[in-house]
Amino acid sequence: MDLTNIAFIAFSAITLICALMVVLARNPIYSVIFLILTMFSLTGHYVLLHAQFIAIINIIVYAGAIMVLFLFVLMLMNMNANNEPNKSFLWKVLAGLVASGMLMSILLVYIKNMGDMPIVPTTNSALGQALPADFGYIKPLGNLLFTEYVFPFEIASILFIAAMVGAVFLGSREKSTNNRIN
Amino acid sequence: MNLIGFENYLWLGSALFCIGLLGVLVRRNVIILLMCIELMLNASNLLLVVFAKMFGNMNGHIFVFFSMLVAAAEVSVGLALIVLIYRKFRTIDSSFLDKLKG
Repeated sequence: MDLTNIAFIAFSAITLICALMVVLARNPIYSVIFLILTMFSLTGHYVLLHAQFIAIINIIVYAGAIMVLFLFVLMLMNMNANNEPNKSFLWKVLAGLVASGMLMSILLVYIKNMGDMPIVPTTNSALGQALPADFGYIKPLGNLLFTEYVFPFEIASILFIAAMVGAVFLGSREKSTNNRIN
Repeated sequence: MNLIGFENYLWLGSALFCIGLLGVLVRRNVIILLMCIELMLNASNLLLVVFAKMFGNMNGHIFVFFSMLVAAAEVSVGLALIVLIYRKFRTIDSSFLDKLKG
């Protein structure tokens, strides 16, 4: 039982419990807080998996930007647990059956194919051979991004301009309708 | 005994995905629905990183990078739409939002 195993168990427990609390919490603000905790524990998993750049990006983009945006919109709407909509009991039971059935079927496939899975410790090697020393660092990632994946990268910038124009357009139209109502 | 073999990560990722699916099916608040979609995206991101480590090349990290970009764009537009819907209907209960012609 070395330190990485303990870290893996702790991060997994935090991830699953916080993800369940996102679904089960009555207050939407608590849901956002638990989602932020889930992101941080996933960042721990990324560090364990030698994906340092992805870990940093996960904190900056998800926990830093996206979650703050969620929190901001929730505060704007003044929502609390009292006016939280609720689904019927039958629908909840059906949803639980669907989700747990899907999880069961995936786990059954894993268990059935367990002998074929490569049981390799993730500490230092992958499929038997050793990882390169700079695996997950920014430099090889940047080399890959700007040579092999440069076209999707440019397309992503077009997507961002479209998203920005859409958000600004929706925001400005919201202001004009508000003026008309007042 | 080494617990962090790859199959444990596969279990963790699928459990996370199914929790997100449960949230999408159970909750009616549209913002919580978006958050549960984020949970499912994160489960797939985790599995992409695991497979990148498993096969020893970094293309999986690039895909996680792009999926985060798309998630950021999706959330910004989706939250703007939700604010608009709230201003118009005074509710974000997904079962009341069944009119296409607002």
